[in-house]
Amino acid sequence: MQVNENFKPLIVAFCCNWCSYAGADLAGNNRLNYPAEVKIIRVPCSCRVNPMFILRAFQRGADGVIICGCHPGDCHYTSGNYFTRRRMSLLFSMLDYLGIERERTRVEWVSAAEGAKFAATMNEFVEQVTALGENKRLEDLRCKQ
Amino acid sequence: MQTVTRDLLLQKACELLDAGTVNRVYGWQKGQFDYDVTPAVFSSREELEKDFVYNDFCGANFSKYLIKETAGEGKILVFLKPCDTYSFNQLLTEHRFDREKVYAVGIPCDGMADIRLIEEEVGEGVTGVETDGDKLIVHTLYDGDVKLNRADYLAERCRVCKSKKHVAYDELLGEDGDVVDSARFDEVAKLEAMTPDERFAFWQNELSRCIRCNACRDVCPACTCEKCVFGNPKSGVENKAVSDSFEEKMFHIIRAFHVAGRCTDCGECSRVCPQHIPLHLLNRKFIKDIDAFYGEYQAGAEVGSRAPLVDYTEGDMEPGEAVASVDERGGKDA
Ligand code: SF4
Ligand code: SF4
Ligand code: SF4
Repeated sequence: MQVNENFKPLIVAFCCNWCSYAGADLAGNNRLNYPAEVKIIRVPCSCRVNPMFILRAFQRGADGVIICGCHPGDCHYTSGNYFTRRRMSLLFSMLDYLGIERERTRVEWVSAAEGAKFAATMNEFVEQVTALGENKRLEDLRCKQ
Repeated sequence: MQTVTRDLLLQKACELLDAGTVNRVYGWQKGQFDYDVTPAVFSSREELEKDFVYNDFCGANFSKYLIKETAGEGKILVFLKPCDTYSFNQLLTEHRFDREKVYAVGIPCDGMADIRLIEEEVGEGVTGVETDGDKLIVHTLYDGDVKLNRADYLAERCRVCKSKKHVAYDELLGEDGDVVDSARFDEVAKLEAMTPDERFAFWQNELSRCIRCNACRDVCPACTCEKCVFGNPKSGVENKAVSDSFEEKMFHIIRAFHVAGRCTDCGECSRVCPQHIPLHLLNRKFIKDIDAFYGEYQAGAEVGSRAPLVDYTEGDMEPGEAVASVDERGGKDA
């Protein structure tokens, strides 16, 4: 694979409104750095993330997609994240089966108090995706500028 | 050869029509050739006698048709092979048709032949196929009659048939079989053991043949939404994209995902695909993962069972662990 020294990945982070989005906010308030390549999309619950959203993000140029939600047991809607967990396990395993790099997808549980975890997770994920390079296997040529 | 014959089914159908138990019969209708039988509704003895067939090419699963057919007046008779009964139950679980309006007759099954395999062997110009014990006699235009071993020309799903046991019926013709310990996941395991690059190349090759006829979706008894995501013109994946391969991946991942946990592995999607895309390898991947991650589950085995994707336990695996666990089952690392 060609390594582009200046490559900066585009990361889409789906964050649940009640925990992870607040966690991201806390990271900001605490002046914790995380890369600007991470674009947050706020969702009411991590289980709002339809598998199509993830593929759509890749289609439109994302190089990595991460879903953040409340820790299991802490879902604002009681059980949403449990469903997320099953869905994403199956979806990620399917992507892997199709030969799409498994390091491009991730689920992480981040509470509203875990600003530091949020920043650390994003730093780590961006590093991981940077090492992989551009998303080629799930890109849509029609969406390229 | 099928243990049940056309005559037996015809007799049963006429008997139930005459007794007024049913007013229509769902059956297989004669086509131009032995191997192009079509699903059809018959409403009289005359129609049945004229066009009803039952042979080694009656693969079509009637369960899904019941959604539409039970909207009519009166009961309809439907013949179900073992695999069809799983779809039947799954549809009932999803409240897709009225059980009261159906009279289901279970028929034992000895596997269905696949005309494509036969044509691959004997070439084009097949004018008829007859069954003689464990042999198929293929009449051809150019080479006369060719005798083939029936067992080698069964449809993929029948070679790895998961069950000869009917899980739903009002009446059973003949003897019921057992759930079979089949090798249906072997191919999936083989793919899992490849490297990601090999897997990518494999699927790129398979999926790029897709012409987006949507037949796999239309035939699927688990795909019963009246409005489908793939019908949305704004989606960018409504039709075959000429210049790009994203559309085909999106379609295939999402099609399989939407039936994950509900797919009974009836094999209809692979049967109807004009491009011979092994769709069962996508569906069975989900089934295999579900079995491994959440415990064995067979969709349609029981009416009312809770599908794994609308269920959870507090101790479920994390997605990262789940994907990594596939390696331990024999898959290679990246
Ligand atoms: S899958 Fe099994 S039950 Fe279904 S048609 Fe084939 S052999 Fe018969
Ligand atoms: S039936 Fe085959 S060719 Fe048609 S849409 Fe499905 S996979 Fe594609
Ligand atoms: S996805 Fe294929 S095998 Fe599964 S239920 Fe639908 S048609 Fe049958």
